[in-house]
Amino acid sequence: MVEADEVMDASGLSCPMPVLKARQAMQKLAPGKVLKIITTDKGSKSDIPAWAKQNGFELLESSEEGGKFIFYVKKPA
Amino acid sequence: MAEEESKKKKLCIIVSKGTLDAAYPPLILASTAASMDWEAHLFFTFYGLDIINKKKYKSLKVAPIANPAMPMPVPNIIGMLPGMTAMATMMMKSMMKKQNVPSIEELINMCKDMGVKFYACQMTMDVMGCPESDLLPVVDACLGAAGFLDIASDADVTLFI
Repeated sequence: MVEADEVMDASGLSCPMPVLKARQAMQKLAPGKVLKIITTDKGSKSDIPAWAKQNGFELLESSEEGGKFIFYVKKPA
Repeated sequence: MAEEESKKKKLCIIVSKGTLDAAYPPLILASTAASMDWEAHLFFTFYGLDIINKKKYKSLKVAPIANPAMPMPVPNIIGMLPGMTAMATMMMKSMMKKQNVPSIEELINMCKDMGVKFYACQMTMDVMGCPESDLLPVVDACLGAAGFLDIASDADVTLFI
């Protein structure tokens, strides 16, 4: 089980807001820390992994529960 | 090699249309690109200039006429009636709001905050009689075709919308 250092909840927000909010949250995060991202936008299922890849962040885990998409993304140390 | 690795990816979009539906894609793509640490450049030309015009950007509209893709398609002859454009625009805006899609104004501000560059087409400004003082302060420069091509010449993604 991955532990998150910070949580960013973008539930209810549509494209492009989840990645914009994720960027803001990631900027505040210290290197080596893990951000948990929660979304409900179906597009974010592919958007968050693509966003992480383009930024060079590691997607540690992604899952889906009760209509919510949950991602754990690590900022490189 | 080290230089290649440090060079950010670059998105350049020519924004040529000034309807509400055509204003969204460039702003969404540019802000998303910026969120992925890309450079993003928007060149507003012809009717696209309305999107960065102080007097017009808050009142962009959806055309119900010659638009068979409306959520509730109306025959062109009905779309011609006075008030139909305002109605189609209102419908689109309320649908967007329901899905929590940001407004054009919010997207412009988010783009600017993330470092997206805005350019106005100088020729369009001259043709339409649009002085620089009519443009939103987000505009970085007024450029000609050569100026924009110079910026776009090493872009990774270029789009015309």
